Amino acid sequence: MSAVNCEAVCRTFRQGEAEIRALDEVSLSIEPGEFVCLSGPSGSGKTTLLNVIGGLDTPDSGAVSVGGQRLDTLSRGELAELRLRRIGFVFQAYNLIPVLSARENVEFVMQVQGVAAAARRAVALELLAAVGLSGLEGRRPAELSGGQQQRVAVARAIASEPALVLADEPTANLDSHSAAQLMDLFEDLNRERGITFVISTHDTRVMGYARRLVRMHDGRIVSDQAQTPQRMEEA
Amino acid sequence: MSGALGISARLAWRNLWRNYRRTLIMLTAIAVGVWAMIFMSALMRGMTDQLVRNGLHSLPGEVQVHHPDYRADPSVANSMPAPSGSLLAALQAPPVTAWAARVRVPAVIASERESRGVTLLGVDPAAEQALGSLPAAIDSGRFLADAADAGVVLGVSLARKLDTGLGKRVVIMSQDPDNDVADRGVRVVGLYHGRMEGLEERYAYIGRDALQALLGIGAQVSEVAATADDYRITGQWQPGIAAAAGSELEVKAWTELDPYLSTMLRVQDGFTLVFMVVIFAVLSFGLVNTLAMAVFERVREIGLMQALGMQPRMILYQILQESLYLLLLGLALGNLAAWLSIKPLERGIDVSVVAEGMEMMGMGTVLYPALSAQDMLLSTAVVVILGLLASLLPAWRAAHLDPVRAINRQ
Repeated sequence: MSAVNCEAVCRTFRQGEAEIRALDEVSLSIEPGEFVCLSGPSGSGKTTLLNVIGGLDTPDSGAVSVGGQRLDTLSRGELAELRLRRIGFVFQAYNLIPVLSARENVEFVMQVQGVAAAARRAVALELLAAVGLSGLEGRRPAELSGGQQQRVAVARAIASEPALVLADEPTANLDSHSAAQLMDLFEDLNRERGITFVISTHDTRVMGYARRLVRMHDGRIVSDQAQTPQRMEEA
Repeated sequence: MSGALGISARLAWRNLWRNYRRTLIMLTAIAVGVWAMIFMSALMRGMTDQLVRNGLHSLPGEVQVHHPDYRADPSVANSMPAPSGSLLAALQAPPVTAWAARVRVPAVIASERESRGVTLLGVDPAAEQALGSLPAAIDSGRFLADAADAGVVLGVSLARKLDTGLGKRVVIMSQDPDNDVADRGVRVVGLYHGRMEGLEERYAYIGRDALQALLGIGAQVSEVAATADDYRITGQWQPGIAAAAGSELEVKAWTELDPYLSTMLRVQDGFTLVFMVVIFAVLSFGLVNTLAMAVFERVREIGLMQALGMQPRMILYQILQESLYLLLLGLALGNLAAWLSIKPLERGIDVSVVAEGMEMMGMGTVLYPALSAQDMLLSTAVVVILGLLASLLPAWRAAHLDPVRAINRQ
């Protein structure tokens, strides 16, 4: 069973009189444990594809399945439940809830899932340590740098051990050192925990980490090829 | 579910204080609104209370026992025996605090120059004093010494109209049970001031035994009036008196004897509710605006929570909870302010500058605000229910945001 399966997915947006075809007959299958990068210029449809896979957006036509579950058969509440249990999100920016501390942000998804306080606290502290944020657990997002905030977001995304992590331009607002640290972390999590990663980026250094690179242009997949991953320092 | 509720509660509380200036302004508005609701209700309740009490003074007694035909024809023919047996026992048991048996007949009082129709009350002064139904003040002379006192006490206003005065003789005329005229010359032993001028002109007092002798009715009386010192609890003890009196006598509560007064009370309760709803309707615009602004400022955050798997209903719950915290804090402050401002005024507010108007309304010149737990509970219910209803729109909108648009909002 595929981790993600898209069949002839189309998504069109209206901008005034103009009609923009963000996804045009996109078909894509991603197996569990893959580390996939979606690349392409701005407006190529990467973010829309991630949103459609995550059930945040609904395609005009075509079918999307996550873990064998057809998303078009799910209600709004069931989609929320699917995201809660099976998908971790990392966005480009504004990833954290400002009124919660780093630890509380990591605990957020677990708390919504109903994990007991002691258990989720232990997991949150362990993950924050794993992403190099020991000692910063009590800080609020405004007291953390951009890179630190992204690492908190990553810790939150994997805290509930999702099968799939969708990351939209996760390094866009990071300096190169922070970006390298984050991508190393993604790669480690993919290798050690078997989490499937789908990352959209137009940063060639990030693409180097992928074992599969999907290139998009004008809402279409123009190439889909396996590659040997390279860490950022080596690129 | 409990975990989601927990995080909702935490987020709601912290978000409340994100823009603390706006929260404090809204909190102040709610507190002032709640204070105004309770304070005005206390004033209105005080006014109504006084109106009812004054009305009961002229009634008097919260429960009255009569011959079944007396209210239709208040003549001496429709008298009843003085209380005895089970009725007497019921009248002497709590919660009844005082009772009096009186003769009450229509009569004419004539001086040398004028005559006037009055209600002649044959009373036992000691029992009436316990009942609290004696005239407000004696202007000159004295009140009746006892039930056998054959002097008459007139209102100052009536005496003026009869062109008579203290120490002069007047003739009182009424009908005996055989419809013959019963008359007698009596001396005016006192002049009284009533709580209202109309009462001064209507009632004249004479000793009960003396009036019974004049009318030739033995120990018969026209009515028995009883009080428990709280007109609001009459319904609790009136049935007991009725049971003790038996089917041959009619036992009525003041609410039936004076429907106007009881209607006043119901109107006041209704008016209080309308007043509270109107005040809070105005406040709710501010509340909705505050919440709408709070949601508007947090659109991306709400989108993020949706993306992370928070159910739309939990987002709705979170916004409502934020509103509830604001309302409860406002209620606590408003109730406290109301208590602090009303308690010192319960000894009375002098409104003698508008004494004439107050008298026309049947009230005195001192207003006693009455802080009522019922009004405080009512204001709390109105604020919480209407507040949450008003918050539903911004909360519903937050719960139904498109997560993609919300997250990408600049």
